[in-house]
Amino acid sequence: MTSSRSAWIFAWALLAPAILYVLVIVAWPLVETFRLSFTDASLRKVTNYVGTANYEKIFNETFFGVILRTFTWTFFSVALKMIIGTFGAVLLNAAVPGRYLFRILTMPPWIVPMAIGIFMWGWMYNGQFGMISGLLQRFGLTDGPVAFLAYGETAYWATIVTDVWIGVPMVTIYFLAAIQSIPKDLYEAAWADGASRWTRFRRITLPLMLPAMITMSMLSLIATFNSFDIIWILTQGGPSGSTTTMIIDTYHTAIGSKKYGEGAARAVVICIFLSLFCLAYFRVTRRLQTIGGKE
Amino acid sequence: MALFHDKNTPMIDRYHWWEVIAIYAGIFVFLFFLLAPFIEGFLVSLKPLAELFSTPYSFWPENGSFAAYSTMWERVPGFAWYVFNSFLISTAATVIVLLLVVPAAYAFARFDFRGMGLVLGGFLAVSMFSGAVLLIPLFRLMRSLGMLNTYWAMIVPGAAFLIPSAVWLLRTYMMRIPSELNEAAWTDGASQFYIFRRVVLPIASPGIVVVAMVTFIGAYSQQFIFALTFNSKTEYMPLPIGLYAFFGKQDVVWNELMAAAFVGIAPAMIIIFFLQRYLVGGLTAGALK
Repeated sequence: MTSSRSAWIFAWALLAPAILYVLVIVAWPLVETFRLSFTDASLRKVTNYVGTANYEKIFNETFFGVILRTFTWTFFSVALKMIIGTFGAVLLNAAVPGRYLFRILTMPPWIVPMAIGIFMWGWMYNGQFGMISGLLQRFGLTDGPVAFLAYGETAYWATIVTDVWIGVPMVTIYFLAAIQSIPKDLYEAAWADGASRWTRFRRITLPLMLPAMITMSMLSLIATFNSFDIIWILTQGGPSGSTTTMIIDTYHTAIGSKKYGEGAARAVVICIFLSLFCLAYFRVTRRLQTIGGKE
Repeated sequence: MALFHDKNTPMIDRYHWWEVIAIYAGIFVFLFFLLAPFIEGFLVSLKPLAELFSTPYSFWPENGSFAAYSTMWERVPGFAWYVFNSFLISTAATVIVLLLVVPAAYAFARFDFRGMGLVLGGFLAVSMFSGAVLLIPLFRLMRSLGMLNTYWAMIVPGAAFLIPSAVWLLRTYMMRIPSELNEAAWTDGASQFYIFRRVVLPIASPGIVVVAMVTFIGAYSQQFIFALTFNSKTEYMPLPIGLYAFFGKQDVVWNELMAAAFVGIAPAMIIIFFLQRYLVGGLTAGALK
């Protein structure tokens, strides 16, 4: 039935509205970003093509610093999400009473609107009255109040922790599902051979959830690279640029200073990185599928 | 020593007492990290402002009350509007996504014509780009369509970025519906559209509910950047931006801000609580294929 001409028309008719929508709202702006990056577009009515002037202007030491910061920020965030997510998934998989409740209690940071969770973290980081500084002082771990968002170093880590907090539930639930799809008889065979719990984890769970870990870390990499709300609400990229990632930098240039052309050039650089990640992701998942198929 | 076990518990699932303690301690640390901001936020909402701005830090409210939950309405009279706006924007975005995605997912699940794989890859690639990257042309697009400072400026771009995951999730679900059903209806002389409308849609409806929920949660959660950039009218502001109303000239009214945050998320939480059984199943099914 699928070979007939009417089926062909029907299938594409079903797809057409979604394709059209994505073309207008995503694909066209993507092309437009590229075009604008070669112009001096601003709030003025007249827009001129300026060749590669925007790119020449942005490629300086500050911008390389921003790129480097974006990569380290993303790296630490993704690494922590993977480690904590694995830790959580293994614990939630343990056959102890209450595990179903614990699984539900994992979800709130994911499901609550991001901005609200971030506001709550904003209070927690408050130096004089916030929880973290308060508890650290109570236990004598710091001499005085620590205003986490007021100093470059601490603000950098504070934004990472909040990003990890929002990302961990999804990673955990995904890893939990991966662990649960591992055949039970593998564990039983290993157990019958006298393998300890740790050995079973290291030799069965870990290798078999590796594909899920790779897939998730790539997806997480892309999402984290795009992270905007957390840094914007907590620090707006400050203090003195210490949390300015490429997205924040682009926002400041384009929306803050209304330099659309220059902002577009910065956005193009982000798009190039994202396309590379995207290509890598497709290649890796295809590779994983062929490996899976051979088994 | 067998804790919590009866004779039916498989040997492999039996733990030593110290293993049980280690597991619960680990879970406690893990959940404390994830829930601490909410616990702290709730306690803050109970504390009077004077106690909040006092040192040394006290975790537990000394003379806690729910006063902030009533005074917040006086300070920000439009707050109920912000919650309503959030719901309106998310619901509209969800409806748009479903109208586009349900037919598309069916096409991807049932037909395999040349070029469709490429289109599917294209849809998935969309999720790689966030609204933040495309903000400049989107801003100009919204302006030329006359959508700036209307609800549409927050609905239309938001919906586009929710399409990829919805397509993927629903396609996975629809692929599990046996194609024999289609063929049986086809031999009975049913048209393609009739099969889609009368045979496939009813069977797929649980999957569509899950996709609707995931999309709604996404829309409710991710409206910040478009609302921040594309709308400056107070009457259209959604919840995340509306919370800034508690930022005074000098100080942030933190206890009322937290109270407002809990009031704002309560309706969504109640819906999710009742539907969470479908949600967990749906999310993991979509993730693992």
